[in-house]
Amino acid sequence: KSTNFYKHMDSDKMVKLTLKRLSAEDEYPDLSQHNNYMAKVLTQDMYKKLRERATPSGFTIDGVIQTGVDNPGHPFIMTVGCVAGDEETYEVFKDLLDPVIEDRHGGYKPTDKHKTDLNSGNLKGGDDLDPNYVLSSRVRTGRSIRGFSLPPHCSRGERRAVEKLSIEALASLSGDLKGKYYALKNMTDAEQQQLIDDHFLFDKPVSPLLLASGMARDWPDARGIWHNDNKTFLVWVNEEDHLRVISMQKGGNMKEVFTRFCTGLTKIESLFKERSHEFMWNEHLGYVLTCPSNLGTGLRAGVHVKLPNLSKNTKFEEVLKKLRLQKRGTGGVDTAAVGGVFDISNADRLGFSEVELVQMVVDGVKLLVDMEKRLEKGQSIDDLMPAQK
Amino acid sequence: KLKSSSFSFSRILSSKRHIGILTLVGGSVTAGFLLHREHVSAGVPVRRRYPASAEFPDLRKHNNCMASNLTPAIYAKLCDRATPNGFTLDEAIQTGVDNPGHPFIKTVGMVAGDEESYEVFADLLDPVIKERHNGYDPRVMKHPTDLDSSKIQSGHFDERYVLSSRVRTGRSIRGLSLPPACTRAERREVERVVVDALSGLKGDLTGKYYSLTQMTEKEQQQLIDDHFLFDKPVSPLLTCAGMARDWPDARGIWHNIEKTFLIWVNEEDHTRVISMEKGGNMKRVFERFCRGLKEVERLIQERGWEFMWNERLGYVLTCPSNLGTGLRAGVHVKLPLLSKDPRFSKILDNLRLQKRGTGGVDTAAVGGVFDISNLDRLGQSEVQLVQTVVDGVNYLIECEKRLERGQDIKVPPPINKFKV
Repeated sequence: KSTNFYKHMDSDKMVKLTLKRLSAEDEYPDLSQHNNYMAKVLTQDMYKKLRERATPSGFTIDGVIQTGVDNPGHPFIMTVGCVAGDEETYEVFKDLLDPVIEDRHGGYKPTDKHKTDLNSGNLKGGDDLDPNYVLSSRVRTGRSIRGFSLPPHCSRGERRAVEKLSIEALASLSGDLKGKYYALKNMTDAEQQQLIDDHFLFDKPVSPLLLASGMARDWPDARGIWHNDNKTFLVWVNEEDHLRVISMQKGGNMKEVFTRFCTGLTKIESLFKERSHEFMWNEHLGYVLTCPSNLGTGLRAGVHVKLPNLSKNTKFEEVLKKLRLQKRGTGGVDTAAVGGVFDISNADRLGFSEVELVQMVVDGVKLLVDMEKRLEKGQSIDDLMPAQK
Repeated sequence: KLKSSSFSFSRILSSKRHIGILTLVGGSVTAGFLLHREHVSAGVPVRRRYPASAEFPDLRKHNNCMASNLTPAIYAKLCDRATPNGFTLDEAIQTGVDNPGHPFIKTVGMVAGDEESYEVFADLLDPVIKERHNGYDPRVMKHPTDLDSSKIQSGHFDERYVLSSRVRTGRSIRGLSLPPACTRAERREVERVVVDALSGLKGDLTGKYYSLTQMTEKEQQQLIDDHFLFDKPVSPLLTCAGMARDWPDARGIWHNIEKTFLIWVNEEDHTRVISMEKGGNMKRVFERFCRGLKEVERLIQERGWEFMWNERLGYVLTCPSNLGTGLRAGVHVKLPLLSKDPRFSKILDNLRLQKRGTGGVDTAAVGGVFDISNLDRLGQSEVQLVQTVVDGVNYLIECEKRLERGQDIKVPPPINKFKV
C-alpha cells in the first residue's frame, strides 16, 4: 500500500497522530472526461511534482486546478480550467501554467516578452465607425494590486484592504473622471435600481466556473462599483479580479473610448503609486490577473454592432477568425445574439499591445460593416475577404 | 522521528489544509508528532496577515446559528488555529457567511471538516450545538446510543394512512477528513473502505455498489426510477462548504437486492445509511436499520477502522445538526383533514415531530401526504427517537380518524426533550 493510515488512538492522556501522506497517485484527479486547457496538460507526474509546493501565501496546486476539476468542459469554448491565487502562482506552478498559457494564447512561449502600450495617440482612426450599425463601444481590462492575494485565495481582510485602497485612489480622480463609489452591501434600493438601469451593476457570480474557484466567498463583502458622473468610466472592485476597468459610450467613437480608458488607467496607476502600491505586471506576462486567459493586456475592446445579413452568411466565422475577432451575444460571454446585434471584440489578450488590439477591432469592425452594407445591397463580399492577421 | 508541538506550523499553514505543505520546511514526509489533548483542543497555530478584527465577517444581515453565536472575541480566539488536518475556522464558517439565512428554517451556518473540529472550535460549536439541539450542552451532557430495535412498541402503522416508512442516519470513518475538507485521496479511501465492507454483507443485505463515475446509463436510469440516485448538490448551503468538490469522483450508491437498505457514499457525509420500505412496518424498517449498521460496523472494524463517535456528541457527522444519532425516522402519511386544522403545527411541535413535503426538506406536501419525522437528533437515543415517531404518528392517525368521524381532537401535552 502506498498510503500511511492515520489512526486516531483515543486515550485519556494523549492523542497520537501520524501525518497522512496519501500518495500523488491517490490524489491525482480523474480528468478522463475533461476538456479544458488544464486537463490537457496536467499529467500525473506533473501533479506529483507540483503538489510538493505552495506559494508563500499558501496557495497550492489543488487550489489552482479545482475549477477545472469541477467543470469538465464548456459547450462553446475551451475553458482554461485553472486560476491563480496570487502573483507567485505563475512562477511556482509554471510547469502547468506555461503550457496552458502557450495553448490558450496562440503559441506564446515562456521566453516571449509582452509589450504594453497605453498611448492612445498611437491608434489610427477609430473615431468614425458608422453609428447606424455600431450601437456602442467599450474597452475593459483588469488590474491586480501587487502584494495582495487574488479573488480565489484572498481572505476577507485582504479583500477589504484592496477595496479601501481602491476607494481612496478613485476618490482622487477629477475632471470628467470624477465619480462615486457604491459598496454592494451598503447601497440603497434607489442606487441599486439606477445601477441596474445603467447596466452597471454586477451580480454575485452564478457560473460554476467561477464559484468552484472560490471567488464568490463572503459575497458581497468588500465588493462595489465606482463610476464617473458621466457614466462613461466604470470600475468594478473585487468581482472576478481586484479591479475591472471599463470605458464605454454609445455610438462608434472607439478612439474616444480608448483615450479615456488609457488616461483613466494611467491616472489610477499613478494614484496607487502615490500610496506605495503598484499593479502586478512583468515583462513576460504583462498585467497579471486571476484567469490565465486575461494575461497580457487583459483587454477586451468591443462594439455592439448590427450585422443581420453578415451573421447569416456562411463566411462570417471565417472572416472573424481572419480578423482575430470573436463574437458574443449582447449579454456578454455565454449569451446569444438578439436581433442580429452582436458583441464583436478582439480574441487575443497576450502577445499584442493594447493599441494593437484596439486597432484590430477598429479596422476589423469597419470591414464587417462594409460587408454588411454590401450584403444589404445584394452584392458580393468576396473581394473584401481579408488575409489572416 | 517525532517533533515537538512547537514545530513551526505557524510558518506553513496559512488558510489551506494540505498536508503537502509540510514538506516545504524540509521535514521528513513521515514525521509524526505527539500532541497532548490540550494541544488538540488548542489547535495548530495558523499564520495570519491581518488582525482578527480585520477578518471578522460582517454578519449583521445574517440569521443562522453560527452568526448568532460568533462574537468578535470568539473569532479572535479561534481564527489563529487549525485542526491537525489544517482545517480552519474560516473554512468551518464559510457556508454561514455566504448564506445569510433560509426563509423557512434557521440554518446551522457552519460545518466540521474533521472530527477534531468539534474540539478545536468548541468555543463556537458548543453554543451552536446547544442552540440547535434545544439546550443540549455538550460540555456537561452525555448522549445515549441505543440500537436495540426489539424495544420498539406498536411499530406497525395503519397502512390506510402510512404509505412508506424510512429511517436514515450517517456515519463517518474515523481518521479521514469530512466532505468539506477531504482531499481526493481521502475521499477515495472512504469509498474503498466502505465498499469493501459492504461487499461482506449477506442474506437480505446482499447488495451491489454503483459508482457515480462508472455506472452505465441503464443503471443510472434504474436508480432514478427507484428514487435512489442522488445528484450533485445545488444548494448553496452545501456547495459553499466545499462538499461538492471533485464531483462525481469517489461518490456512489450501494443498495441491497431487495432495495430496502441503501447507502450513499461521499454525498453530504462519508456515508448516509437508509432503511426503507413501502407500508407502515416501521419496526421492521428499524430492525433492518440497526442490524445493517451493526454489521457494517463489524466489517469495518475487522479491517482496522471505526466510526467517529464519542460520549459527548454521539456519532460525529459533517453538519452539527446531525450529531448524536444523526437519525431521521419518518413516514409518508395521508393527513388531508388534520393538515388543514389550525392546531396541526402545535400538535406536531408538542409531539417533537416535523413535517416536510414528500420531496424531502424544502419541498411542499402534495395531495395531503406529508413526510413526518422526528425533530431531535442529539440527547436521545435511536430507540427513543423512533419510539417518539411511532407514538406521534399513531396519535396523528388517530386525530385524522376522529376528524373523519366529525369528532374533535386534542392537542397533546408537550413531551420531554431530553431523557438524560
